Amino acid sequence: MKPAPFRYAAPRSIEELLALKAEHGDDAKFLAGGQSLIPTMNFRLAQPAVLLDLNTLPDQNFIVETSSGGVRIGALVRHSDIETSETIARSHPLAHEAIRFVAHPQIRNRGTLCGNLAHADPASEMPAVMLALGGRFHARSAASDRWIDASDFFLSIFTTALEENEMLCEVEMPPLPPGSGTCFLEVSRRPGDFAMMGVATVVSLDEAGRCAEARIAYCSAGETPLLAPGVAASLAGEEPDETALLNAARQAAEEIDPPGNVHLTSAYQKHLVAVLTGRALRTAFARANTSASQ
Amino acid sequence: MLEELVTVSTVVNGKHYRRVVEPRLLLSDFIRHDLGLTGTHVGCEHGVCGACTILVDEKPVRACLMFTPQADGHAIETVEGLAEENGELHPLQEAFRDKHGLQCGFCTPGILMTMKAFIAQHPKATEGEIREALSGNLCRCTGYQNIVEAVRLAVSRIGGSS
Repeated sequence: MKPAPFRYAAPRSIEELLALKAEHGDDAKFLAGGQSLIPTMNFRLAQPAVLLDLNTLPDQNFIVETSSGGVRIGALVRHSDIETSETIARSHPLAHEAIRFVAHPQIRNRGTLCGNLAHADPASEMPAVMLALGGRFHARSAASDRWIDASDFFLSIFTTALEENEMLCEVEMPPLPPGSGTCFLEVSRRPGDFAMMGVATVVSLDEAGRCAEARIAYCSAGETPLLAPGVAASLAGEEPDETALLNAARQAAEEIDPPGNVHLTSAYQKHLVAVLTGRALRTAFARANTSASQ
Repeated sequence: MLEELVTVSTVVNGKHYRRVVEPRLLLSDFIRHDLGLTGTHVGCEHGVCGACTILVDEKPVRACLMFTPQADGHAIETVEGLAEENGELHPLQEAFRDKHGLQCGFCTPGILMTMKAFIAQHPKATEGEIREALSGNLCRCTGYQNIVEAVRLAVSRIGGSS
């Protein structure tokens, strides 16, 4: 089908963009990569009266390292920019590893990270990655300017903590803890399909080789990306041997309770939670060991 | 400030076009209906099938997931731009002919444009990489085997691997 008519603006500054949003409120939608918005408009599920196109904004396509070793990513950074960024591959290999699972190359060439996060599809990989990394989201409107923690951002399916006129204009990934390792894994039916289950892990080791901290996040596991704080608490202080990993896998399948869908049952998703948690933790700890010995 | 009609200036297959369009006009429809370049096919119109894949600034994208004003100031290449002006086929097209990489041909333009960019970035691509790169383009005729073989042949001819 074809989208319903709308009025269009391609502002040259964020201030102008946010002023237009303040003027038109709920009638107006931001257009970044458009890889989720345009299909829903083509189906006429969404019929915004006004589209505010970000793509002509200058200076929003930045990937910059902060002085603390974190990385900030601007509103127009596309998935393919992250895929090819040497900075991110070095500083946040988890994001680099996960981005290849986001849709197909044609979509990644157009879709943006910020747009993906603001869309808040619980099956999407990067929201889970941001939870695992403890990312922070910069939200701006004509009247406000604030940072939101990833753990406070995702409220429900396609629903975030962004207020009506706020735009997610930047994401910051804090530096990984010292002695850390990460791993992203997912199972999908074909490359580029939505995840049947996906897991993002960040672990760090103390000087004695015990788990100092673990963060484990899942996509396709519920109405939002989900953390497994119980599993993380059990791992802390433990030596990450096979017994600990198997216990973590078993505990994760109890803590995460995926709803199932038309393609797969909840029981099978739980099975995937256990298998992927064990594998991802094993790889993440092995990588942490490698980084600690360097 | 808000516009109901937008002037778009774009270069398609090396030729400059300037048109006034409704902003809701999908780039796929602009290419087919306004420019008459019907080689770009429209399948699902929601970004799943890949038939409308074109190159924007040399990167493959879904033409049905862009509004025409977003092409302003950008360079587009469609399947019509692949062959030489004298009709000599691009090595990819040649390989698809040699290996019977198409049956009905509906998905072929999107696959050719996707693979043109892919081979440029992966001149030594393996069969596994080729299959993953093809995952964003649906073909309902061939079972993909001859498409994969055609791309492998094109890789060997263009990329120079054995």
